[in-house]
Amino acid sequence: MRRTPAELVGAEPGPAHHIEFDGRAVPALPGQSIAAALWADGVLAWRTTRVGGRPRGVFCGIGACFDCLATVNGRPNQRTCLLPAEPGTTVTTQEGHGRADLAV
Amino acid sequence: MPTSPSDASTYDLAVIGAGPAGLAAAVTAADLGLRCALLDAGRQTGGQYYRHPASGLGAARPDRLHHGWSVYTGLADRLAAHREAGRVDFLGGHQVWALERTGDGYAVHVTLGPEAADRATVPAAAVLLATGAYERQLPFPGWTLPGVVTAGGAQAMLKAGLVLPGRRIVVAGSGPLLLAAASSLVTAGAEVPSVVEATDYLGYARRPGVLAAVPGKLVEGAGHGSALLRHRVRLRRRSAVVEAHGTDRVNAVTVARLDADWRPVPGTERRIDCDALAVGHGLLPQIELATELGAATSTGPDGAVALQVDARLRTTVPGLWSAGETNGVGGADLAIAEGELAAHAVADLAPRPALLRRRARLRAFAELMAAAHRPGPGWTGWLRPDTDVCRCEEVPVARIREAVEELGAGDPRTVKLLTRAGMGWCQGRMCGPAVACLAGSGEPGPDRRPFACPVPLSQLAAAED
Repeated sequence: MRRTPAELVGAEPGPAHHIEFDGRAVPALPGQSIAAALWADGVLAWRTTRVGGRPRGVFCGIGACFDCLATVNGRPNQRTCLLPAEPGTTVTTQEGHGRADLAV
Repeated sequence: MPTSPSDASTYDLAVIGAGPAGLAAAVTAADLGLRCALLDAGRQTGGQYYRHPASGLGAARPDRLHHGWSVYTGLADRLAAHREAGRVDFLGGHQVWALERTGDGYAVHVTLGPEAADRATVPAAAVLLATGAYERQLPFPGWTLPGVVTAGGAQAMLKAGLVLPGRRIVVAGSGPLLLAAASSLVTAGAEVPSVVEATDYLGYARRPGVLAAVPGKLVEGAGHGSALLRHRVRLRRRSAVVEAHGTDRVNAVTVARLDADWRPVPGTERRIDCDALAVGHGLLPQIELATELGAATSTGPDGAVALQVDARLRTTVPGLWSAGETNGVGGADLAIAEGELAAHAVADLAPRPALLRRRARLRAFAELMAAAHRPGPGWTGWLRPDTDVCRCEEVPVARIREAVEELGAGDPRTVKLLTRAGMGWCQGRMCGPAVACLAGSGEPGPDRRPFACPVPLSQLAAAED
């Protein structure tokens, strides 16, 4: 059995809460970003690109690349690597430019 | 208008970036009697190098994720004392989008929080830029697949969120960050079947005197090396990942040997199964806040554009100093030395000669390191016509070559106008070096962006009030 990051740093996090990702509950630890909570759940992609419809998730992890965009609490194009996962946060896989609701 | 604690009075110094350089600069300047604002886009201090778990994660031993953690805690303790005494205000969650010169100093314009929901302006007599760097990326087929992350990104997600992108992670690219990333990934429980480094490290041997003058660097390197040995990580030198495979996520990579110019050698390809790839080709100084004001730059031995500073770390813009990676990438020890030096200069005091010598030794090592890992021109040999170069706008190699060969574009700016490469969300931060190389213009020039990060229009409108 290999070690986990949490074991390495002797983490004793506060109680986990949940965020909602595409309608299902995903656990999150206090202080984790949305992207970190999704990674911990084995999810690597939460956006499809505008041109090719291809899946994307975290690339740079520090807010520089904008690949990890998602629709968060109804707002599209949010950088999930920077946003904290708060109890009750809803995250939706973002398709294209994420503004389908504005189409006429 | 929303106010920061700062709005009441003008600071003697605003330090932008709370990583090693900015922390050292702010506490040193406060020691010397200056009243400082220390601003950072993140909510906690440390920057990318000393990025650490959020307090809610209750990490008892964050030092196990870091080299030289006590250096950080020392700086953090000094900062806490200065904050208590009212000499430094730490303004976390403050993303600086522009510096404006005013009659008697600077207006530092910021948005607040990750959603940029609010704004503030911090007035300061002088500004010290310590914004660090982000990673240089070179595209290859499959590099947009989920599970392909930057080496620094893998480290950032591990250090801050205690998560890994997969169980079996190949680490590839070039530069000292690869060894640090691989060593922290295996220590945190990942399997790293291979570290793939494009150079052969022989560049370091060319100037033994420079190496001998920085024994700390050798100890650090040896520390990473022994962690990798202990976990049986194979180091492949003069090799590169030339393709990542998978449909919805990466499941394997192809590694090939490179010649001295980084051209893949046909027939040397090997497939390595993995569920993640951490990749990076060195770091690029993040300097747009200064170049937008017209600060002079120069190109370093790694081909990266950095700010030009004098012996006292002044940029060519009056009242604007720069410390650490913004002057050319060189690591945390150098950043701390430069932060202290710059603080002395802002306070108009002479620094200790020992500090000057330390900075000179570390800067010489930084230049040696930069030269050793400079990408060779042959890397374009692993591209295919359909390989996306610009991730945001999904612009493939073929469209860029068409712009250059058929439409006559000879520089990155014209390529950008013809293809939209570099026009997307990241504003060319990910594809800039590759586009410049494919445009055949040699070295990329400094980027000039009116804003250093996205700013809501509502805030720009409000800023006119």
